[in-house]
Amino acid sequence: MADESNANGSNGKKTGILERVTGGVKSDIESLRTDMPAKVKEQVEILKAPTKTQVYTSIFRHKHDDTPRNRALGVLSNVFLHLHPAKINRDAVRYNYTWGMGGITFYLFIVLTFTGVLLMFYYHPTKVQAFRDVLYLEHDVPFGKLLRNMHRWAAHLMVIAVWLHMLRVFLTGSYKKPREFNWNIGVLLLVFTLLLSFTGYLLPDDQLGFWAVTVGTNMARATPGLGHEGPFGPQLGMTPYNDVRFGLLGGSIVDANALLRSYIWHCIGIPIVASVLMIVHFWRVRKDGGISGPAAVVLESEIKEARR
Amino acid sequence: MDWKQLWEIASAPDNVPIVALIPLLAFYLYLAFKQAHANDQLIEQLDGDAALAKTHHRKTWPFKAGWQKEVHVWPFLLRVEFLAAIIVTIILMVWSISLNAPLEEPANPNLTMNPAKAPWYFLGLQEMLVYFDPWIAGVVMPTLIIFGLMVIPYIDTNPLGSGYYTWKQRKFAIGTFLFGFIVLWVAMIMIGTFIRGPGWQWFWPGQTWDHNRLIYEVNRDLPDLFGITSNWAKGIFGAIVVGGFYALGGGAVHAYFRRTNYKNYTRMSILQYSIMMFFLLTMLALPIKILLRHLLHIKYVWITPWFNV
Repeated sequence: MADESNANGSNGKKTGILERVTGGVKSDIESLRTDMPAKVKEQVEILKAPTKTQVYTSIFRHKHDDTPRNRALGVLSNVFLHLHPAKINRDAVRYNYTWGMGGITFYLFIVLTFTGVLLMFYYHPTKVQAFRDVLYLEHDVPFGKLLRNMHRWAAHLMVIAVWLHMLRVFLTGSYKKPREFNWNIGVLLLVFTLLLSFTGYLLPDDQLGFWAVTVGTNMARATPGLGHEGPFGPQLGMTPYNDVRFGLLGGSIVDANALLRSYIWHCIGIPIVASVLMIVHFWRVRKDGGISGPAAVVLESEIKEARR
Repeated sequence: MDWKQLWEIASAPDNVPIVALIPLLAFYLYLAFKQAHANDQLIEQLDGDAALAKTHHRKTWPFKAGWQKEVHVWPFLLRVEFLAAIIVTIILMVWSISLNAPLEEPANPNLTMNPAKAPWYFLGLQEMLVYFDPWIAGVVMPTLIIFGLMVIPYIDTNPLGSGYYTWKQRKFAIGTFLFGFIVLWVAMIMIGTFIRGPGWQWFWPGQTWDHNRLIYEVNRDLPDLFGITSNWAKGIFGAIVVGGFYALGGGAVHAYFRRTNYKNYTRMSILQYSIMMFFLLTMLALPIKILLRHLLHIKYVWITPWFNV
């Protein structure tokens, strides 16, 4: 019988259901009275050393006391920081040399992504709503004005930071062997920075952006062979309705399609391409031997001429 | 002197970055050339003292024999980066609170802005439109600027000056780059921003922007100066002039370059040398065209039925 294996019925005596339940509840209460205080005590002990908890150790994989090993691990075991090596040349931290412009450019890109995503919550890329959305941001959205201002000024600052970064890299000869390729990635990133700023210029849909983009895209008319006013353009069958400017604007004038296109290039297309190039750029900085200097000066007399 | 006009231009929110660019560039060029000067002095010292050159640590930074060569990124680099991020954030915050981003009236295709200006970083290209047709100023030149920048590492055969500021070891490269960047890019942006007014006319800083001003200026084409009238002759004449510019200019640069940069000259292959020549002469074509326009009122040099240069 199934009953014989029951704890309450092992002696063959039939126990009533009521007795069994009360017996069970009694033992439950007993265990709560004895086990729980012990567990609470144990828990308090564990929480006294939070860095030893399973949650903590699963997130932070090494100790933090100030040892050389932990300093290195702090950088190497962090996905964001492991862009850096664990150790660098003692002179390479001098901002007199780098001016920090590459890093500032990247930081501004992050600021722009953050403020840009917030702006996207309030903005419709349509002729009816775009300008009103900007007014709404300026006057009604909490901190909307600050948000837009910061996006705009960070964009301008990023253009300046990119130029200064390029100037520094040139003046220190950092594009020389083995960093030629990374200089090229950098030139592309410079172009994409300018294009990002330019595509954003139209989005408020005001007179400033409209005429700036009109002036800018009118240049495309004159593309040799591909624009309807460019050299050999008409001969190759270019008209205002099929040339490269038409492709840029999605029409023959700066209108709704141009607004949507610049919105998509600005928010999705170019940021993706630029991000990929940035990944390559940072990767190559490491692979090409880290930051270029400040290096030991080389004398003219020490150059061994390669045999040609 | 119209101070109000000057203030209106300089304080236009979108012009603030350009105003800021002047002191920033001046400061960083000073910082670069200060270090270049120190390095050049060290190089000179080591050049004259072979024994010292063998033992010297070769940097102008402080150095002691016992110091470790490397430091930990955490905290020595990361604290610098963290501070930089905070400082940039503070600058941005103050700037964003104190100055509003510009917003004009809603876009109106029927009401042309005068002057209609491109974003400030493209004003150099817009200023170039005065001297070249759009296909050159707006398409060919920007493309050549990008490619010109990209070929730099492959045509600069000078092995010196990699990883430290110097002037004496790289005079030609640095001089060329600064001429392109400061004179042909930044200065043109300054002109486009502060000088060009309605009708893209030249207004000196402080001069009132007169929307009704007319300029009685007759521009001529170069073939006209020589009394050439037939289209065929104009086309052939222009091709000779432009070809002559590259040939004679190339000869002049060659004469200069092989005398002043003999070692780099011998290191360069014919491909590297001709690419450098092409970009250098194309870059020089801009200031030459500017001079031609302002001194001789010449609009086009080469006229064909399809394009004008």
